[in-house]
Amino acid sequence: MAQEMFYYQALNRALDEEMAADDSVFILGEDVGLYGGSYRVTEGLYARYGEWRVRDTPISEGSFTGLGVGAALIDMRPVVEIMTVNFALLALDAIINMAAKIPFMSGGQFPMPLVVRMPGGVARQLAAQHSQRLEHTLMNVPGLRIAVPATVQDAWWQLKQAIRSEEPIIMLEHELLYFSKGELDETADAIPMHRAVVRRPGEDITIIGYSRMALLAEEAAALLAESGISAEVIDLRSLRPIDWATCIASVQKTHHCLVVEEDCVFAGAGAEVAAKLAEACFYELDAPVQRHGALDIPTPYNRSLEIASIPTAESIAEAARRLVAEPPAAGDEK
Amino acid sequence: MDRFMLHAMLQDMLLARSFEERAAREYTEGNIAGFLHLYPGEEAVAVGVLHAAESSDYVVSTYREHVHALVRGIPARSIMAELFGRRDGCCRGMGGSMHLFDRERRFMGGYAIVGETFPVAVGLAYATAMRSQPEAVICFFGDGAVNQGTFHESLNMAALWNLPVLFVCENNHYQIGTEIHRHSAVSDVFKRACGYRIPAEKINGMDVLRVYEATQSALQRIREGAGPQFLEMETYRFRGHSMADAGNYRPQVEVEAYRRMDPLSIVEKAEQPLYPSAENIASAGPDTINGFSEHLRAEQLINADEIEQMKQQVEQTVEDAVDFARRSPEPGMEEALAALDCNRGQEVLI
Repeated sequence: MAQEMFYYQALNRALDEEMAADDSVFILGEDVGLYGGSYRVTEGLYARYGEWRVRDTPISEGSFTGLGVGAALIDMRPVVEIMTVNFALLALDAIINMAAKIPFMSGGQFPMPLVVRMPGGVARQLAAQHSQRLEHTLMNVPGLRIAVPATVQDAWWQLKQAIRSEEPIIMLEHELLYFSKGELDETADAIPMHRAVVRRPGEDITIIGYSRMALLAEEAAALLAESGISAEVIDLRSLRPIDWATCIASVQKTHHCLVVEEDCVFAGAGAEVAAKLAEACFYELDAPVQRHGALDIPTPYNRSLEIASIPTAESIAEAARRLVAEPPAAGDEK
Repeated sequence: MDRFMLHAMLQDMLLARSFEERAAREYTEGNIAGFLHLYPGEEAVAVGVLHAAESSDYVVSTYREHVHALVRGIPARSIMAELFGRRDGCCRGMGGSMHLFDRERRFMGGYAIVGETFPVAVGLAYATAMRSQPEAVICFFGDGAVNQGTFHESLNMAALWNLPVLFVCENNHYQIGTEIHRHSAVSDVFKRACGYRIPAEKINGMDVLRVYEATQSALQRIREGAGPQFLEMETYRFRGHSMADAGNYRPQVEVEAYRRMDPLSIVEKAEQPLYPSAENIASAGPDTINGFSEHLRAEQLINADEIEQMKQQVEQTVEDAVDFARRSPEPGMEEALAALDCNRGQEVLI
């Protein structure tokens, strides 16, 4: 049943299927229509569904995201594409002040079936204004949910779930994953959107990651296996809410925990994960929970500096080795 | 315009004034807290616009929206209870003065970040246009909001896609304490809409009939497929920006001049002698307002008794609203969480 395809194609299929099934689903964003989307996610949909359902917008992130909010008030299911997470800074009013607040402020009168998709992460030499990770900003907003699919299967299934949900959902898609290949099995188990999954079982250390970092953590686990360390890898899949039960069960087994993120370590997503697990598993841990993430700098354009600013499979493996071998030194942020 | 309609508008204006003045009193007595932005002086705009609209049209408003909500038909009780932060408020006490919503009456919210009403209105209009529905969307905003990026972004999209939005600028000349000539390079707000090829007009927003007529014809054009329309309503707030503001930055002569155009004073003038003196006419302010009172008198559409009766009714409604709000219980935290999770369905989270 499984079919090999690119990540972008899985997203495209999810959109196509949901649009075919429900005519209140529509897409809007920059170059999503005639052009087919800057990462080809909306390819072919303009021809199939017409301009009202696949709307090319002006470069007005604040207002076209707000347009999605307005349409969602009367039971449309807008899927807004913001060309990159970085541009979403211009739409934060619509996302944080409007989408996340209206259901609550209205006393529960208005659900908000809105999906906002954002490519993001550090890609290749896009420099500081196109390489940010903003999950920490959105995680702190009650009323939002955040999905971070790492695989082809999750890209397809989580987007479908997001479109069907009545809640405002942010989809953070890593730019380096769009052209990664994987298997899509439409008959596979329908995992709840917020559930974390164990990507690789292990005994000695739990490595928790999300999006592209979950995949690098798997690569790191393979490296660690060569040196006799059995690492369990958890892909969070959702950053709000976070599936603590899966994380805690794993840490109770391995007694070591390394949280990996591509975002800057300071006040990042990993800080929340580490804090929660330290609270929940303090007496189970053989060493303090460690975070491994990006250096606390804007992303450099220079390729070697860019690579050095974020975790790699090797650096994750190295951090895990140190954590298992001995309590790490203070201030380890990379 | 028929007698029934005129009376209804008059009644709404009186109710609006009375409700807001009472809210101010309840605020000073500590029953209402937070920010409270009141509407006295601007009644003709809300009343004229919303009486010209269909009840199926959508309304999007700002943080100065109690009167829009009242005229839309949200009971004074549930608005006052919301101001009091009580369970029987239209938003269960979760929204407060600046965030009134009523799904059933298509009152799509009061938004307290200046400039938010534009994209919300455009989104509602996009959805109705996409479904080929006949409703229009009425988007209220102040003169201060036109310097936000969303104003320009949204007008552009509305015109580009020919969306059924009526943009209604309540130009009260001040963004909090900054007078329009100090915040806008072009102080004729309606001219800005021309940049997006949206038909626009400046209206005397102190004259409820003029507001009504302009709205009616703008909505008609929208329903005929002419796309978005723009009305600049010149008006004035008699109070400060909010209860925290005495409004001392405004010249006294200006406040007095606008008070002479009080959209409610026309009611009294309607009771003046059938043949007023030159002084009577002069003190009545601009001709349009005088015109309304003349119209009322000439048509014998109202008399002193009827006005008195109306005032008593309005006072009663407001008294009842305050009483209702006082008696309404405080909401519990479980109700707050229920509001937050209203869209979660049956799903059980971790």
